[in-house]
Amino acid sequence: MTRRPGSPALRRRLAPAARTRIHDLLVIGAGPAGLRAAELAARLGASVALFEPRRLGGTSLNTGSVPSKALIRSATLFAALREVTRLQHPDGRDVPPADLQRIASRLRQIEARLLGYHSLERLQRLGIDVYPEAARFVDARTVAAGSARFQFRKAVVATGARPTLPGIPGLAEGAYVTSESIFALEQLPARLAVVGGGPLGCELAQAFCRLGSEVTIIQDEAKFLPREERDAAQILAQSMARDGVTIFLNTRVTGARVEGPLTTLETENYRTRRPVAAERVLVSVGREANTHGLDLAAAGIACAADGAIVVDAYLRTSNPRVYAAGDVCMPHMYTHVAQNTGQIAALNALQNARQRHTDLTIPWCTFCVPEVAHVGLQVWEARELSIPIKTYTIMMQDVDRAITDRQENGFVKLHVAEGKDRILGATIVASRASEMINEICVAMHTGIGLRALARVVHTYPSQSAAIRLAALSFQELPDATPAPLAVPPASRRRGSRRTRKRP
Amino acid sequence: MRSRRSTRIRHQRTVATFNAEDEALLTALQRAAYEYLVRYRNPGNGLVADTSRPGAPCSIAVVGFALSCWVIACERGWLPRTQAAQQTLISLRFLLASRQSDDPQASGYRGFYYHFLDMQSGARVWNCELSLIDTTLLLAGVLTVGRYFDRPHEAEIRDAAEALYQRVDWCWAQDNAPTLSQGWMPEFGFLHYGWEGYNEALILYVLGLGSPTHALPANSFTSWTLTYQWERLLGFDVLYSGPLFTHLFPHAWLDLRGIRDAFMREKRSDYYHNSCRSIALQREYCERNPRQQLGYGRDLWGISAGDGPNVYGVRAFGTDHRHFGYMARGVPFGPDDGTLCPWAMLATLPFAPEAALAGTRQLLARFPQVCPEQRFVSGFNPGVETERGGWLSEGWYGLDQGLVVMAIENARSGLIWSLLRDSPHVRRGLKRAGFTGGWLT
Repeated sequence: MTRRPGSPALRRRLAPAARTRIHDLLVIGAGPAGLRAAELAARLGASVALFEPRRLGGTSLNTGSVPSKALIRSATLFAALREVTRLQHPDGRDVPPADLQRIASRLRQIEARLLGYHSLERLQRLGIDVYPEAARFVDARTVAAGSARFQFRKAVVATGARPTLPGIPGLAEGAYVTSESIFALEQLPARLAVVGGGPLGCELAQAFCRLGSEVTIIQDEAKFLPREERDAAQILAQSMARDGVTIFLNTRVTGARVEGPLTTLETENYRTRRPVAAERVLVSVGREANTHGLDLAAAGIACAADGAIVVDAYLRTSNPRVYAAGDVCMPHMYTHVAQNTGQIAALNALQNARQRHTDLTIPWCTFCVPEVAHVGLQVWEARELSIPIKTYTIMMQDVDRAITDRQENGFVKLHVAEGKDRILGATIVASRASEMINEICVAMHTGIGLRALARVVHTYPSQSAAIRLAALSFQELPDATPAPLAVPPASRRRGSRRTRKRP
Repeated sequence: MRSRRSTRIRHQRTVATFNAEDEALLTALQRAAYEYLVRYRNPGNGLVADTSRPGAPCSIAVVGFALSCWVIACERGWLPRTQAAQQTLISLRFLLASRQSDDPQASGYRGFYYHFLDMQSGARVWNCELSLIDTTLLLAGVLTVGRYFDRPHEAEIRDAAEALYQRVDWCWAQDNAPTLSQGWMPEFGFLHYGWEGYNEALILYVLGLGSPTHALPANSFTSWTLTYQWERLLGFDVLYSGPLFTHLFPHAWLDLRGIRDAFMREKRSDYYHNSCRSIALQREYCERNPRQQLGYGRDLWGISAGDGPNVYGVRAFGTDHRHFGYMARGVPFGPDDGTLCPWAMLATLPFAPEAALAGTRQLLARFPQVCPEQRFVSGFNPGVETERGGWLSEGWYGLDQGLVVMAIENARSGLIWSLLRDSPHVRRGLKRAGFTGGWLT
């Protein structure tokens, strides 16, 4: 592979010779996975073409992690302001609802700033040919974009995913938004109905409630965050209810009707049918892979029933020249997973690095208040695998820093192989769980067990001290077992004494 | 020939011994709780009211407690055996004759019963659910009387008990899933509230697995126990479940001392000790009292499901002063709004007699208003200011009273445990759930 001098992308696109060149790596999609793959490949000296018909940065930067975290930050400040106002004005004065236009403006500034790290100019300086067009496969080693065709030695599909729309009758006519369009709202809805209690639905429901909307969240399962354990989901539900979110669990949306500015959702649970009227409806019921229009079949690339591209541990598709990375193939649709799989795909494609995505220790976090983070095995997964497991739990209400900061909702749970000190997984519910979980990731990745973790000095006071407390509890003596009441042995089961009668 | 007051029940005096002062207190409290079941029973059909509030419907689970308590009353000499048998028969005959169909106004379906029934007609009320766990508690009482009334002329009781148990279609209640649903409604179908983790459903699975007619497959129990989580929590190794009643209800009937399923064998514990530790955990939590609830302490605890205040509480600077009304409360994970179940400490008597008595005595000394007519109310929140010295639940709840009667009896004599240890259905259910050791050997 030879490194080519960089040249302006427009001129390159207009040059017919460039269109017939065989690229070392074609990357389809410029989200976190595609950008990471393309940039790494270019730095390795490969000739790279990158296809993206929409804005660079993908979902994460434009409609996902970045704007949602920025919105949550604004919402957190509003909640604090509301508490302070109540403290200073016990007469009931309240903070007016947020000016969403100003918040949206802040989100755009943040997005623009972060996009600067992956701007067209910077990509071009790396020598990447960037094409603002959708690509589709023509055959096993050729893609077409517009009227041009491009041959490749290797390719990475990183087209991401998009929100799934539930088939709710009447919803198409309503004022619904998805995670892709909600950040374009310029006016805070007085009432917001959120359909779906997954991570994104919970984050946005709580954030909009804190900004001043009257929020109802409708979840068709028994708990929020179905991939998290019961205790985490329950603490989150309590926290959302405390903030003022109206919660409908075990509730399906059976229909919708539009009446002027209002969309009314018909909901049904086991006991009641209730309408929920709102100015806006946020639909957040999952995401599906963006494979439409790629003509994957032409390249012999297989998809699963849910539309996701099927990959092996090395992220190779059923076409050995083509790899996939990020949301289009991964069950964990997170930016950090996309970035890391993009890197693995590029290395495996170009250097046959034989890196496995299955070796990744993948944490994730729902950025509510409190945050809910997890890494590794859930207890039920360990039990299904017949792995004896024990959990060491510290409640945040027993952690000094959580007490000083009045951030006592939550816990640290470290799941450990029974009789050993190896960490198999962890769930942290805390105000900074997204940061704290990384300590566990380091421990798991490097094989640090609880005994060693217990010897690591932590700052005082800190919320991450909860992790050390959990590790220390591993070394505690077993609790004093209460003295058992006498149990009749089998042979003496039929005794002869009976209760004395009482007057 | 046996005396009419004698019994063939050979229950063990194996449990705690109490001094005369404790005995007097326990007798008074047990008798008062029992009197609830007498006072709020419909003598015409044997149904017992859910609460003492006017117009309260019957709770089918309370009937199960009441049936068990007739046995206790009989042994304690509060109720002649003939009368106990007679009022047991009234209940069983009514239940057998009650309408079982998918009609929303029936009393039950597929052998299960609706949670709440009209006190007179026995018809479903409040559009409530066909409740698996409440039916199970009824059936535990039914099996209890089926074991106790063992004389030849009491055969109708035994036959009716068998008929009621054997007609329950446990497999149907799985709704084609490995584990059991939580109920069923004629309007909406099966309820799946997501029973994740340990809870009172242990007795539900044991009775479902023990059925000679519609037994659950053995893997249903193991599928449920896959959601268990063994935790080191506040210094105790526990199979956690928040509300205290979940650690008490199965043990009201089942003697789980010294017998272990696969999970407890792995953890070298048993469900009885798990309840003991869960009680100790509650005491530890209330001593730490992280939410600074009024009254909580090492000898004032008892957080469970029950009535509670519904008054609005303001959230101020990170603290949460909401109240939850009727709610399954649990600690340390919450919800905890400062509401105690005054009956709960006493109901732990078979597990932690000293703690139960110390707590009950302190409660009675500091807050005597929680025990009108020597009968504990469902909920009490000393932190909510009222003229009565804290928020008090109105009247009494039948489940609380029935549990108190049974817990005291098991602690004093082990009577109910002894009866169901001899039940072939219970033994079969436990063995099919994988329990071994101890008295099952």
